[in-house]
Amino acid sequence: MPDVAIEAKELTKRFGDFIAVDHISFSVNGGEIFGFLGANGSGKSTTIRMLCGLLQSSGGSATVAGFDINSQADSVKENIGYMSQKFSLYDDLTVTENIRFWGGIYGLSDEMIAKRQAWAIGIAGLEGREKSLPRELPGGFKQRLALACAMLHSPKVVFLDEPTGGVDPIMRRRFWDLIRQLAEEGTTVFVTTHYLDEAEYCNRIMLIHAGRMIAVGTPEQLKKEYIRTPVLEVETERIIEAMALLDEDDRVEETSVFGTFLHVSIAERYNAEKVIREVLGAHNISPSRIEPIVPSLEDVFIHLIDRQEAEQKR
Amino acid sequence: MRTLLHMLRKEFLQLRRDPRIVQLILIGPIAQLLLFGYAINMDVNTVPVVVCDMDHSIESHDLIARFSNSGYFPIVGYVDKLSDVDPYIDRSKASLALIIPENFGRDIKRNASVPLPVIVDGSESNSASVGLNYAGAIIAGYSQNILVQNFSRRGFGGLHPIQVIPEVRVWYNPELKSRNFLVPGILGTLLLQATVLLTALAIVKEKESGTMEQLIVTPIKPYQIIIGKLAPFFIIGAIDIVLAIAGTTIVLGIPVRGSIWLLGGLSLLFIMTTLGLGLFVSTVSQTQQQAMMTTIFFLIMPMNFLSGFIFPIENMPKIIQYVTYLLPLRYFFEIIRDVFLRGVGFDVLWPQALALFIFGVCILTLASLRFRKKLA
Ligand SMILES: Nc1ncnc2c1ncn2[C@@H]1O[C@H](COP(=O)(O)OP(=O)(O)OP(=O)(O)O)[C@@H](O)[C@H]1O
Ligand SMILES: [Mg+2]
Repeated sequence: MPDVAIEAKELTKRFGDFIAVDHISFSVNGGEIFGFLGANGSGKSTTIRMLCGLLQSSGGSATVAGFDINSQADSVKENIGYMSQKFSLYDDLTVTENIRFWGGIYGLSDEMIAKRQAWAIGIAGLEGREKSLPRELPGGFKQRLALACAMLHSPKVVFLDEPTGGVDPIMRRRFWDLIRQLAEEGTTVFVTTHYLDEAEYCNRIMLIHAGRMIAVGTPEQLKKEYIRTPVLEVETERIIEAMALLDEDDRVEETSVFGTFLHVSIAERYNAEKVIREVLGAHNISPSRIEPIVPSLEDVFIHLIDRQEAEQKR
Repeated sequence: MRTLLHMLRKEFLQLRRDPRIVQLILIGPIAQLLLFGYAINMDVNTVPVVVCDMDHSIESHDLIARFSNSGYFPIVGYVDKLSDVDPYIDRSKASLALIIPENFGRDIKRNASVPLPVIVDGSESNSASVGLNYAGAIIAGYSQNILVQNFSRRGFGGLHPIQVIPEVRVWYNPELKSRNFLVPGILGTLLLQATVLLTALAIVKEKESGTMEQLIVTPIKPYQIIIGKLAPFFIIGAIDIVLAIAGTTIVLGIPVRGSIWLLGGLSLLFIMTTLGLGLFVSTVSQTQQQAMMTTIFFLIMPMNFLSGFIFPIENMPKIIQYVTYLLPLRYFFEIIRDVFLRGVGFDVLWPQALALFIFGVCILTLASLRFRKKLA
């Protein structure tokens, strides 16, 4: 395993005039869980598809498992697993038929297929359901089966494109346990998601927005580096009104809706709680709770994206 | 090689599990063939006739007897007045009315031209025209008979052409002729439909469901995907050939005059072209819906209309006639017709075979290149 599992340099993808991936560069270490975060349409799938050889890049270069994605596509394919954003096993083949087929296509011998089949059934938690068709399985199991099928040939690098989309929280947790287990066994995992809580499971994360890279680092680094002002969580019934009022005040740096609460960051030289009470109190809004919180990645990202958009406007 | 075997095994597993398959490859063709075969038969067998005999002579009775004895014209009523014919036609009790004018017998003996009005129910144009042809044949036979009688009575002096019918076109048994041509022709349309459509759908389905993408990220080669996808439909096509030939010869009793092996072999050549077309359609379609529309509107319909199956090529405008040289179905129809009806061999049919071969190689190459390009 080379130390660097994936290395992208100025990787770019244009669809006509539209730039879906805009000169992004990053590197992923072997055995790392690398999270790739961004909103819908930010270019996550496009990046993965270029790295897997499904799309021709329009500029820049990249290596995966040490092979160039353009000139050594065949070697790349032998060393990667890919789980696409939509479920893509054969719905009319049973669990074992799917496993045997994909194993065969990856060139495994019959004994190897038998061995990996047992492994895959175990990983997916499908003991006793070997003869089911994928469409009869609950979402979480389907997803794990798809992951197992992408890992049959024990690839060095596995690309997972929103693997937990549409899966309930408990199954999501279990799926992430599985990803961690794979990483501990030495597989490099490149995973996209737009669930920010999932990013905390990653060794390192990278945020892209509108095809551009915005930030990269460990979750802790990102939180420390980008959020310098304290964040407070405000609970009130008139949340939209409160947000508008706070936004107008110069002392307030940023506001965002977070579930049913408001997250507010205030310039450091002020007493944050006092400022909030003062602004809202002037309009007869008395928040039922104001509490300083440890900023989450979501706060970081909202902050970063706001900053990027502000810069672009300028 | 092992990869290919895995691919093939998967394709057959999927085929076996596809409920449409039995319907499409087994029931469909056979049903179509039999329906077509018997429908043509039925049209002709039942042309009910109403007779309006205003003459009541020996000659008129003779003509009527010829109609009723033919087996194709059940006589559903006799009337004496013209106005009584209308209700029969109006209520579709009769498709054809035979009107024998007064003095029909006398005029015939005098060698005069004899008008013999035949009223046909045009609403069923198909059976009407066949009925008309039949009636024409019977009447022609009748007039010829009289001609012969006159001739034997008076020698050459009696040879005046007697006109008894507005139009006499078909002398042969038209029923046998059209049926013998049409039924084998179905083999062509059948193979075209089954193979092009099924191939295109099977490939596009993988695109739609995302499994194609999943396949592409594996080390499998594009040619292995192509062979894996086409092989099952080649076999299905072959089964259809056997079924259709068996159905035509055994069930419908239409014999193959030429070599069955030649017919089978050239049919396989034809399937090669249709598989190529199916693959090509799959490279220009994103959804199964699109593939279906493209196949039906751009391939099946034009080919059926322009390949000489429904309309004779000789009657088409010159430009269209040139276009038909680009249609594999055209050559295949010629092959079917010639092997089935004329019993000719490869020595005569090699140009058609060559045309199919060239078309097949070209379309398969083109489609494969497009397919590979899409993958890259
Ligand atoms: N084949 C294509 N042709 C044109 N535009 C495309 C194509 N594929 C993707 N795009 C555009 O590129 C942008 C990035 O798409 P991409 O699928 O990479 O986003 P994503 O980050 O994966 O989003 P999501 O969370 O919805 O999966 C989108 O605006 C999309 O519309
Ligand atoms: Mg995506």
